[in-house]
Amino acid sequence: MSAYSNLYSLQDQLGTDRTTCVEIVEYYLENIEASKHLNIYVEIFANEALERAKFLDKKLADKSTKMGPLYGLVVSIKDVLCYKDHVVTAGSKMLEGFNATYSATAIERLIAGDAIIIGRVNCDEFAMGSSNENSYYGPTINGIGDKRIPGGSSGASAVSVQMDTCMIAIGSDTGGSVRQPAGFCGVIGFKPTYGRISRYGLIAYGSSFDQIGIIGKNIRDVASTLHTISGPDQFDSTVTSMPVPDYVSDLKSERQNLRIGIFENVLNNTSVSPDIKTASKNFIKLLERRGHQVDEIPFDLLEYAVPAYYVLTTAEASSNLARYDGIRFGYKSPNAISIHDVYTHSRTEGFGEEVKRRIMLGTFVLSSGYYEAYYGKAQKVRKLLTDRINGIFEQYDLIVLPVAPSTAWEIGSKSEDPIQVYLSDIFTVIANLTGIPGISIPVGVDFEGMPIGMQVMGPKFSETLLLSTTYNLLK
Amino acid sequence: MKIDHELILKLEKLARLKLSEDQRSKMIEDLNDMLKMVNKLDELDLHDVEPLLHLSNQYNVTRTDKVEDHMDRDAALANAPDSDNEYFKVPKVIKK
Repeated sequence: MSAYSNLYSLQDQLGTDRTTCVEIVEYYLENIEASKHLNIYVEIFANEALERAKFLDKKLADKSTKMGPLYGLVVSIKDVLCYKDHVVTAGSKMLEGFNATYSATAIERLIAGDAIIIGRVNCDEFAMGSSNENSYYGPTINGIGDKRIPGGSSGASAVSVQMDTCMIAIGSDTGGSVRQPAGFCGVIGFKPTYGRISRYGLIAYGSSFDQIGIIGKNIRDVASTLHTISGPDQFDSTVTSMPVPDYVSDLKSERQNLRIGIFENVLNNTSVSPDIKTASKNFIKLLERRGHQVDEIPFDLLEYAVPAYYVLTTAEASSNLARYDGIRFGYKSPNAISIHDVYTHSRTEGFGEEVKRRIMLGTFVLSSGYYEAYYGKAQKVRKLLTDRINGIFEQYDLIVLPVAPSTAWEIGSKSEDPIQVYLSDIFTVIANLTGIPGISIPVGVDFEGMPIGMQVMGPKFSETLLLSTTYNLLK
Repeated sequence: MKIDHELILKLEKLARLKLSEDQRSKMIEDLNDMLKMVNKLDELDLHDVEPLLHLSNQYNVTRTDKVEDHMDRDAALANAPDSDNEYFKVPKVIKK
């Protein structure tokens, strides 16, 4: 059977004698089996997905029932999204065997839209990482190259789409965790505006940064999925009350003569690899050929983004992860006698190294005597960055940037140097610090054949513009 | 600012973590590296800048003050490492 290129053509075939939902699920289950060596899935919902496919085939045969917009769409979910009566562990020993007691709103809406969830995929522990190496289940491997990281933290989500084990992956993006792995794996990754999709049921890392994101192989499927899972939710008061546009119909309404900015410090930055600079220049030329105007613009705050990001997210993480106390849920140390031992031993034995590092830094920046000098200062830098970015969007419609300064590196090659890994987030954290949407699209490969991604960012709630612009670029 | 042995012990206590001596030396080194990166923020003049506190464009989102069923007790206790049919169980806290 041939691969299913997109949901639109798939739904055309469904309901005829050409294919069924069951056949589609069987096709993806075979691909999951064939890519086992990459350590993508931590749990495969094989029987359940087949049952659901049968149910959808029946529903489809009954011409009187209306199908949901995503019928036939096979989806993988990152191991940070709650799916009722299914295990979710955030890639951590801390949550081993934890059974979700409710579903994330995004998951509820996928199911209500007649999508099929095929399994739960690996990620960095509590979504903290840029390489998918910090997981209790071991690293996930990029399907391209020899033993390369897939990026992170939604690394396995990107590989699940790259290896054709599903059509769409639902991940989360706190500092680039959807866009960067998508870029490293040669697929599309979209982080919507903060407040576009409900975070209810997403295991929290940095609550003012976290946003559910979508990974796919074509813009149209990403737009359909976004349309289905966006919108107000009584369980997340940070979600906007603004109406959800029809992202799919709007794809064709391409805006002409856009003004686009690229930070000048990207093209002359020594830490950006030559192949990525070339790819950026080619991307600018492509935009110009389409009639858009691209200017190099100064942005002297770029180097402050990563430091501000790590102060604020570790602070939020240290607070969010305080709930893991060994009492109400999660790992409890067998070596604990007193109540304080239960807290301390359970957390010490349950969390991995990177998570502990971030909790410790977060605890420090929030602690009495250092709060103003670190946390308070970083909040001010966040304001400065937000004002500056908003100022740019008064003159420009879009900002383009590479996804990262390099392509995917070899597994283990940066494990001894966490700071170097943090600094690789330089081009993606801006969107999370300022709450704007960003999409990463594949634009080519480097000298070793590793994928290069370019990122397009727009003002808050400019999803329609981002999707229609990239849709027409990739067409 | 440098994180030393004394401060790391205080942070461990606040974070309810306990490191071995080896892990502790590594953590001191890592946190100091992180602070070196973070100290970059000192270069900026932030005197007239207000901190950014909220990212959402929603203000005063309220709901009707109505009791609803969200989770029953069995479900809430189902993931507890130690519980009886009604309560989470913890080691004795108050000594006689």
